[in-house]
Amino acid sequence: MADMLHFEIVSPERLLKDAQAAMVVVPGADGDFAAMPQHAPMMSTIRPGVVEIFETEGGDAERLFVKGGLAQISPEGLTILAEEAIQLDDVDAADLSAKIADAEASLSAAADDVARAAAEKELAWMTALSEIVS
Amino acid sequence: MPSLKDLKIRINSVKSTQKITKAMKMVAASKLRRAQEAAEAARPYAERMEKVLNGLGQAVKDQPGASPLLAGTGSDDVQLVIVATSERGLCGGFNTNIVKAARAHILKLVDAGKTVKILCIGKKGHVILRREFEDKIIDLKDLSGVKNIGFGDAQPIAAEVLAMFERGEFDVATLFYAKFQSALVQVTTKQQLIPASLDEAANENDAGDDLGGAVYDYEPSEEAILDDLLPRNVAVQIYRGLLENAASEQGARMTAMDNATRNAGDMIDSLTITYNRTRQANITKELIEIISGAEAL
Repeated sequence: MADMLHFEIVSPERLLKDAQAAMVVVPGADGDFAAMPQHAPMMSTIRPGVVEIFETEGGDAERLFVKGGLAQISPEGLTILAEEAIQLDDVDAADLSAKIADAEASLSAAADDVARAAAEKELAWMTALSEIVS
Repeated sequence: MPSLKDLKIRINSVKSTQKITKAMKMVAASKLRRAQEAAEAARPYAERMEKVLNGLGQAVKDQPGASPLLAGTGSDDVQLVIVATSERGLCGGFNTNIVKAARAHILKLVDAGKTVKILCIGKKGHVILRREFEDKIIDLKDLSGVKNIGFGDAQPIAAEVLAMFERGEFDVATLFYAKFQSALVQVTTKQQLIPASLDEAANENDAGDDLGGAVYDYEPSEEAILDDLLPRNVAVQIYRGLLENAASEQGARMTAMDNATRNAGDMIDSLTITYNRTRQANITKELIEIISGAEAL
């Protein structure tokens, strides 16, 4: 058995995952990268996308959608600071399209710049999510 | 001397008050547990964020062109004071303590000739601060509709603070909240949000074992990561403050309501004694009247 990578996914609300994996694929801002044991220390921002966790080499991946954040690989392991993370199996396509409609509505209803920027961001990551699900 | 009926009414009224305070205490206790769990669950993120920020920040801080969120604007003339309090009363000295600390800070800044702007989160603090600093309060964030504070509640506040900072409306932002220690102890805390305060001592200790002497690769770049991280840090700090505050509020309410329940109990006891004495006195009086009436015959 090859050594395992210790990884943690943390959202502002709680520690989502603290486990071992053979490989974790992270959607970095400059492109996806796979974190494996003994990876060189690095730090990268994350774009909205899917984190794939391979518990065993060549096994099935557990997929988590993260809404931006930061990944840090240190000698102790991988830490993902996610703004928000969603288990992809929990996502309901119908529910999602309703949410997208909501986001579009709030975008057109946005009164000032702050609200508009927030609505745009919301919409952008919802769309990203729906592309992955479908 | 109040009549027997008056006493009975008072005893009953204190009893129903005691029932209410008792119920509030129980509610606060169960809410406290939830709030405490939420505050504890949020800790890992904030801690790791702090670690990363400390490591990165120290390196970049002194370079020219460092983000003003980290290095400051170079002046401290306009100060933003964010005062986080509760939405409901009946929680002992909780709001008063936070406001007292904030007020001392504000007065000190005013004495030093700074311009002070106040942002209130929670209306209880707003009500108290309004009396003295009406013209300085720029906004009130009402969270009374929010049951469990989520990151989504802290984010809009942070976004607004950051937008104000970008427009150059203030130089330094400080957050006042009560840090939760136990149900009995809440520590009023003052925390500087902008420019980000870096814990230099902690970093020196950490640097050795955390980085392990390794050189990090930064993707896209150190500056880009910091630019992404610093605004998020503000949101996280506010979120953390709000969570700590929520737990503290419930703790303070629980203690206050416990005291109130005990006081009501004492009051009922002493009223009952008075009631019984009065009743005895009445019986004695009636007996004397009957006896002396019989003797007169």
